[in-house]
Amino acid sequence: MHARPSFRWLIAAFTIVALAASAVTASAAEPIRLGAFLAVTGKGAFLGDPEKKTLETYVEKVNGEGGVLGRKVELIVYDTGSEAKEALTFVKRLIEQDKVDAIIGGTSTGETMAVIREVEAAAVPFISLAGGAEIVEPVKKWVFKTPHTDRLAVEKLFTDMKARGLTKIGILSGPGGFDKSCRTNAMALAPAKGLAIVADETHGAGDTDMTPQLTRIKGAPGLQAFLYCGFGAPTSIVAKNVRQIGLGVPHYQTHGSASMSFIQGAEGAAEGVRLPAAALLVVDQLPADHPQKAVATAYRDAYTERYKEPISTFGGHAYDGLFIVLEAIKRAGGTDKAKVRDEIEKTNRFIGADGIFTMSPTDHLGLDTASFVMVEVKDGTWLLLN
Amino acid sequence: MASLWQPRTGGLLALAGVVAGLPLILPNAFYYDVAILVGINATVCVGLNLLIGYAGQISLGHAGFFALGAYASAILTGDHGWPPLAALAAGAVGVGVLSFVLAQPILKLKGHYLAMGTLGLGIIISIVLNQEAGLTGGPDGMPVPSLRALGHTVAGEHAWYALVGLVLIVSVWLTLNLIDSPVGRALQAVHGSESAAALTGVDVIRYKVLVFVVSAVLASLAGSLFAHYAGFITPAEASFARSIELVTMVVLGGMASTFGAVVGAAVLTILPQALTAFQDFKMLVFGAVLMGTMIFLRKGLVPTLAGLIRNRMRSGRA
Repeated sequence: MHARPSFRWLIAAFTIVALAASAVTASAAEPIRLGAFLAVTGKGAFLGDPEKKTLETYVEKVNGEGGVLGRKVELIVYDTGSEAKEALTFVKRLIEQDKVDAIIGGTSTGETMAVIREVEAAAVPFISLAGGAEIVEPVKKWVFKTPHTDRLAVEKLFTDMKARGLTKIGILSGPGGFDKSCRTNAMALAPAKGLAIVADETHGAGDTDMTPQLTRIKGAPGLQAFLYCGFGAPTSIVAKNVRQIGLGVPHYQTHGSASMSFIQGAEGAAEGVRLPAAALLVVDQLPADHPQKAVATAYRDAYTERYKEPISTFGGHAYDGLFIVLEAIKRAGGTDKAKVRDEIEKTNRFIGADGIFTMSPTDHLGLDTASFVMVEVKDGTWLLLN
Repeated sequence: MASLWQPRTGGLLALAGVVAGLPLILPNAFYYDVAILVGINATVCVGLNLLIGYAGQISLGHAGFFALGAYASAILTGDHGWPPLAALAAGAVGVGVLSFVLAQPILKLKGHYLAMGTLGLGIIISIVLNQEAGLTGGPDGMPVPSLRALGHTVAGEHAWYALVGLVLIVSVWLTLNLIDSPVGRALQAVHGSESAAALTGVDVIRYKVLVFVVSAVLASLAGSLFAHYAGFITPAEASFARSIELVTMVVLGGMASTFGAVVGAAVLTILPQALTAFQDFKMLVFGAVLMGTMIFLRKGLVPTLAGLIRNRMRSGRA
């Protein structure tokens, strides 16, 4: 019986050691904190919602497989409601309050541009999910992005037109930043590609009928092809109006129309429309030896299994952003911000949903026109063109 | 000495105390950011409250004046290299002249028609900012240089907090003085009954125009400050939703209460940040809070609570 007190002491000692040990491991395995600010609601919700779902799916998956460098990944998502002003406050919150190791987000170009000054001053690695080329041109030290730029899309389109012998192009563009940038790039690239812009029309925000502009385009002398620069709801309206007035020339749109809602909204009028898109859009039609086949298939399966809804290419931007950061953290061996930034910049042949990324100190996007495939709407779905 | 402790002076001292004391409990720059946004919104609301609460006029276009100030600062300093203070003043004068010219026809309208008139004005400003992409950068917005004055750059949350806090205190002080002047009493007479006020010799139109211009200029000043602080602005600042938000702040805090306007601005600016834990239900909870407040505290937060306290004290004495 007299041994009992010492036994108690032994238990107490063990407990203290165990607690101390767990405290040490806990601090060693502090989670990797990733912050995201996305347009989950508001006018950009069709972009931000799949982005959020993609991040949540994959962070869960990564944690289920033991995390990164033995550390769990913690994801903090704020909804900007598609407001650039909110974006700035949420980014400050991510940096100051949540003390994140890297930031993913900025669904739209406006939300991204609004936070660049803050991110650069705070020196946090930042991967934007917005389209505008001005995000990474000129190159900013801490800012990267994953979606294709409108310039790449226009280049791809013009190559396809040229191959079909179409050289006289009419353009219609909307009021958004993406639309305007697409139009500007088309104007700048056309002469170099040997194309002529014979009509240049614009429509306003919230317009529900573009037949007047399309009628003027139809009247342009020698018109051989039509390009619509825009995204969201107007893409379907334009397709319907083109059919109504019988434009009668090949119809091109951009990757901004690369979602099923475009085809469904056009109610059959989207047939024959051509556009450049990420390979993800036509994952089943990709040849088995396509380098993105495995990644795209895995992404599609993971996303549809969890959310029971079709994928859009927009969620793919978030997939690429997440894994470019996580791979960089792995290579850097930790979350030292400067090292992670350097490693993101060294991203080399990363196979993602949007394409194969190779970044450099002068290229913070890392995609070229090879990352696009040309697709055509056929029988209410996408057909991969060769 | 006694006059210094009149309720309004006490309120101003309390406000100054809160502004000066907050840095003791604000833990990091994010909290400062929210406090700065509260200050900017409150400055607009103090002006708007003059119009709504004292002159009894509704404006659904104040976001337009705010945005005009912001864009005046952005365009004049960014594209034309003006000194920021000159740009701020030019924006304020421009908005003052615009609101003065527009006030004459618009303020002849009454009730719903007045609301529609100001609504139209706000929407026109919003359309111009969205469409004139060459000047304003269009829907994607434009960057704004830092605020530089007298050889110093206002940078960092602490400096901005001090500046915005000062601007708010000065605006409240000016407003309280205005309300307590013959002009203020005339305004309240107009609010009570326009015919009766006119009969006693109050120049109704003149006072309405005056208060409309003052509130528009305050909004423009706040807009300029916001533009420099945020460093980037978009036409969303001029949106109809933003105008509604400003009116809601005034109504929530309590009409005809200057401190109510400040409290309303604070509550509506802080709530969306405080409610992020609700994630997808954020807007639902936000709406419920607003509805609850308007149903149970019908006169607005500050007047209702002040009334409750007064009753408690009176019954305590009795």
